[in-house]
Amino acid sequence: MSRRNILTLVGIALLVAFAASVMAIDPIDLPLIGEREGVVLGLDLRGGVYLEYQADFSDIPEGQREGRLEETRRIIEDRVDEWGVSEPDIYTMSPDRIVVQLPGFADIEGAKELVGKTAELVFREPATSGSTSVAVGVDAGGTQIAVDDVTDFAVGDVFAVGSEDTAEAKTIVVVDEASNIITVDSGFVYDHAVDEPVANLWVPATGTIDGQEKALAGAYLMPNTYVDINPQTAEPVVAFEWDATGAELFYQITGRLIEQPLGIFLDNELISAPTVKTQIRESGIIEGLTLSDAQTLAIQLNTGALPLTLHEVRTQKVDPTLGAESLEKSLMAGIIGLALLLLFMILYYRVPGVLACIALFIYGAILLTIFKLWPVTLTLAGIAALILSLGIAVDANILIFERVKEEIRGGKSLRAAIETGFSRAWPAIRDSNVSTLIICAILFWFGGTFGAAPVMGFALTLGIGVAVSMFTAIVVTRTFLRMIVFTPLARRTSLFRP
Amino acid sequence: MINFVGRRKWYFLISGIIILIGIVFLIPVGPFGLAWGIEFTSGSMMTLSFEQEVEQAELQEEMATVGHSEAIIQGTGEGTFIVRTGKLAEEVKDPETGEMMTEEESIRRALEERFGPVEILSSYDISPSMARGIASKAALAVAVAAVGILLYVTWAFRRLMRSLRFGVCAIVALVHDVLIVLGIYAFLGFFFLMEIDVMFIAGVLTVIGYSVNDTIVVFDRIRENVAKSPGGALETTINNSIMETLGRSLSTSLTTLFVLLALFLFGGVTIHNFVLVLLVGVITGTYSSICIASQLLIVWENKKFRRLFSWVRPRRVPVRGG
Repeated sequence: MSRRNILTLVGIALLVAFAASVMAIDPIDLPLIGEREGVVLGLDLRGGVYLEYQADFSDIPEGQREGRLEETRRIIEDRVDEWGVSEPDIYTMSPDRIVVQLPGFADIEGAKELVGKTAELVFREPATSGSTSVAVGVDAGGTQIAVDDVTDFAVGDVFAVGSEDTAEAKTIVVVDEASNIITVDSGFVYDHAVDEPVANLWVPATGTIDGQEKALAGAYLMPNTYVDINPQTAEPVVAFEWDATGAELFYQITGRLIEQPLGIFLDNELISAPTVKTQIRESGIIEGLTLSDAQTLAIQLNTGALPLTLHEVRTQKVDPTLGAESLEKSLMAGIIGLALLLLFMILYYRVPGVLACIALFIYGAILLTIFKLWPVTLTLAGIAALILSLGIAVDANILIFERVKEEIRGGKSLRAAIETGFSRAWPAIRDSNVSTLIICAILFWFGGTFGAAPVMGFALTLGIGVAVSMFTAIVVTRTFLRMIVFTPLARRTSLFRP
Repeated sequence: MINFVGRRKWYFLISGIIILIGIVFLIPVGPFGLAWGIEFTSGSMMTLSFEQEVEQAELQEEMATVGHSEAIIQGTGEGTFIVRTGKLAEEVKDPETGEMMTEEESIRRALEERFGPVEILSSYDISPSMARGIASKAALAVAVAAVGILLYVTWAFRRLMRSLRFGVCAIVALVHDVLIVLGIYAFLGFFFLMEIDVMFIAGVLTVIGYSVNDTIVVFDRIRENVAKSPGGALETTINNSIMETLGRSLSTSLTTLFVLLALFLFGGVTIHNFVLVLLVGVITGTYSSICIASQLLIVWENKKFRRLFSWVRPRRVPVRGG
């Protein structure tokens, strides 16, 4: 028994032990890809979460509603894709609903944050008291509060006023000296009490391009935003890059705001307000986020803001589309089929058949481990790929055994027959598997380029399956066959041919 | 020793007839052609609430009897189901009373009759959840993949003369298998409801993988035997190669068929069509390696394309040991 064979056998044993230990740890917590369960099964096999949203059409003209709804659907699809959930089910329901079904049940809250948020990023700067404005408050009902109600105001000061019990619905009206009223969105006010002089009254940060005043917003970002870790603070940050317009605006604004804060708002909520240190043009970072918020934001910025405001109307768990009972039956049937397959291998190929069964178990264990560790969503398309790769794995074993059988028939000793048989079978295994891998690679690339997720899922699963099947044929089956030569079984060649 | 090569005209004839019939059923004229599954079309969605306990499988069955076997049904607990179907008609005649009503109401009544009180909590028209482009993109991807296979096989068989032929014949066998699977699906779809859904696309992709894999194993043996006796008659070499790989071909397809047959016979009804595609694919994939791909090599060598289907008696082939 050669040293190399023993080493390989030890390696196989370690691999199986690793696979077994991975199976034991469930669920696996991998923070970088969100909290995912072990093997993620698709909507068709396991079910998931059903999120129903109603679009707010109140500000949208009649003719644009359908188009915006479809656009929203598309953006949500992109977001979910980038998040790594493959094969969601997203559709619109006329006139104003969007349904998003996501596979699995982990991290429902995270999914909601990602899907339903408008994700409108804007930049604002502190209102300067230099602008000769006075403030007039209106309460939530829209009634204007007399200027006299505001204590301690002076021309040139800026105030925020609202009714005390509707603290979040504060509306600011700024009146300039010519008595023109400028209404300002409620979100411009950040966290202050009624009647309190406002230090944090934010107005849009704007710059001038070609004589036109433009507000700096997320729409000018390049779609290559990513999450980074700030080396000084070890905190997660979202790093972004501006397009040409954004860069010019950013340059003008940061130039103007040196030593002043620049407010970064997401959906009218202040995320952070860093103080501008130097004038910058192309890029920047957003701080003050948790890692998962940063990841969500990066995806949202890359896929764009939703053109509609969505309200969640329904969230519920849903059963698999293929039916839980029906799937249970299919699983039983699959086990029966597999048992028949193993039985056939043992009865027909005898000792090598038994070895093949062990090799197939190892093949299954490795495959399952990969699916646990790799965030692949397994759907029925994936199961099809698995059945095919199982067939290919069995085929590799059969090719080797048939060759060994032929060599034994030709009068070779078992040991020689195994070596020759293997090397004769190898070109067929290599070429047929490489062809399948080529198909997988092309399908995967195509699916990715054209957003055909089921095609990608199929190709990836099949590719992994074929690679593992080649490994088990080359390493596991061959080592087992070589080892068996040293056992008493080897003396009875009749056990090696049908 | 079975004389495989002598009967090749039969194989071409049988395959030709099956493919021709299939193509007739595939052409979308009148009642023919394949329908798109509801993932690809707009449709209707109802939320149903039953008072009694209802199983998803029973509901699926009842939806099929009212003509909606395409329904995608998901339970959401407490007797509530989300049911997606093709577009429901505005007005249908109730089969029992002859009354005119919405199809939704007609379905509700049928369900009520079987399962007791049922309430439609909501109903909407819904958009497709998947772009139809996926099917054509998958087809395009397969075409590109075929070119990849052609190049690889040509390269892998480069030590033989005219290795390009092996690549081309492998692709012809692949196209043959896909056409047969599509044709049989369309043929059955004429009688039962069988639609192009994502499962179907996955099934066809699987068939392609199997077809190529199987063909190359047979070709590998031809490659080996031609190298062993370069001067031998191609027909003899190929027949011997088929014979030598027959055990393996049968073993492999049998083992795969065990799994598929078990799934088909004992598995849930929701994956029936899908397993059927795989079953047909595995059979035709094995068949085409032996009876189409290898035989075409001989026809090509003899340059008798025009006589592909000509009616001649099988010639005696001198075979080794026979």
